[in-house]
Amino acid sequence: MSGDRLLLRVAALALAAQVFSATAAEPQRPSPLRSGVEFTGESARKLQADDFANPGMLWVERGAKLWSEAPGGDGKSCAGCHDDAARSMKGVAAHYPRVDPDADRLVDLEGRINLCREKNQQAAPLTRESDELLALTAYVAHQSRGMPLAVTVDAKSRAAFERGRVQYHTRIGQMNLACTHCHDRNWGRKLAAETVSQGHGNDFPAYRLEWQSLGSLERRIRACYYGVRAEMPPYGAEILLDLELYLGWRASGLPVETPGVRR
Amino acid sequence: MVARVQLPKEARRGEVIEVRIAIQHPMETGFRYDQMGKPVPKNVINSLKVRYNDAEIFSAELGSGIAANPYLQFCTIAEASGEFVFEWVDDNGSRGSERAAITVAQ
Repeated sequence: MSGDRLLLRVAALALAAQVFSATAAEPQRPSPLRSGVEFTGESARKLQADDFANPGMLWVERGAKLWSEAPGGDGKSCAGCHDDAARSMKGVAAHYPRVDPDADRLVDLEGRINLCREKNQQAAPLTRESDELLALTAYVAHQSRGMPLAVTVDAKSRAAFERGRVQYHTRIGQMNLACTHCHDRNWGRKLAAETVSQGHGNDFPAYRLEWQSLGSLERRIRACYYGVRAEMPPYGAEILLDLELYLGWRASGLPVETPGVRR
Repeated sequence: MVARVQLPKEARRGEVIEVRIAIQHPMETGFRYDQMGKPVPKNVINSLKVRYNDAEIFSAELGSGIAANPYLQFCTIAEASGEFVFEWVDDNGSRGSERAAITVAQ
C-alpha cells in the first residue's frame, strides 16, 4: 500500500471514529458533580445563601400566597387538595420532569402545575415564564430544598431521555457547539469573564442577575441556544423537556437549591 | 407587589437592631425599548418611608440606577414596643405597604 493511501485510510478511520462518537456518546455525568452555585462569584453565592436578601424568595413568598388562592371556577385552591405544601410537596420537585400517568407525556413542574389547574381547578393554564407560574413553581420546588434530584428513566421515559441525550451531544447553531462541549469538557474553565458550569438545573427556577428576574430552566436552556446562535425552541417544546430530563439525570444526587442566584 | 420585611420580634431597649426590606418591582429605567421598538416608560419605586411608632426613622429616594427588586437594610435603636410601617410608591402611583411588630423589653 502506498503512503498516500495509508494516510487516506487513517484519515477516513479518524473521521468515522469522530462521527461515531458524536452519535453514540454515552450518557455521562461530570465527576465530581458540582452545583452551579460553585461557579458563580462570591457575591452571588452570598446572595443565594441569605434567605432574606435572595431576590428569588420574593417569588417563593408570592407562590405561598397563590397556593391558598382559588384561581378557577370551582373555588378550589392548591391548598384545598394538597393542604400544607411543606408536607405534601416535600421532595416532589426532585422527581421532575417525569411522565405524568394521566396525561401520558413528559411534563416538568410548570407543566404539572398547569395540568392540575386545568383538570382540578377548571382554571386556564398559566403562561410559561409568567410571574404567577414562576412563583408557584419556585414555591413548590423550594419545599424540596436540600433533597437529592432523582428523575426516573424507565420504559416510559426512555425515548424522551434518548432524545435529550442526543440533543445534548449534537452540535447546533452558528457556533457549531453542543452542550457537551462546554458543560462536560470545559466546565471550570473561563468563557470570557464567566466560569463555565457543569450545566445543572437543580436550583431552578433561579434568579439571574442578568434577567433581573426569576426564570425557569427552559429560559436558561433557551439562553444557551441563543449563546451558540441557534434557533431557540419555543417554551414548552418537546425538545426542551427532553433536555430537562437528561439534565435531571445528569444532576442526579445534587440537592435542590431553588431559588438559586446566578449572574 | 410582593414585599418582605425582616426585623427581630423582640429586642432590649437601647439595642441596635437591623431592619431589612425587599420589594418585588421591575424598576423599569425608562432607557429600554420593547420588541416593537417603543420606549418602555420609566417606572421605579421613587420613595420609601419607614415609620416606627408613627415617627419617621428612615426614608429613601430611589432612581433608575437601582436594580430590579430593590433590597434595603438599615439599623435603628429599639426604643419601645410597637410597630414598624413601611410605605412606598412608584412612578405609576402604585402604593405598597408592609407592617411588622416588635416587642421591646425594658
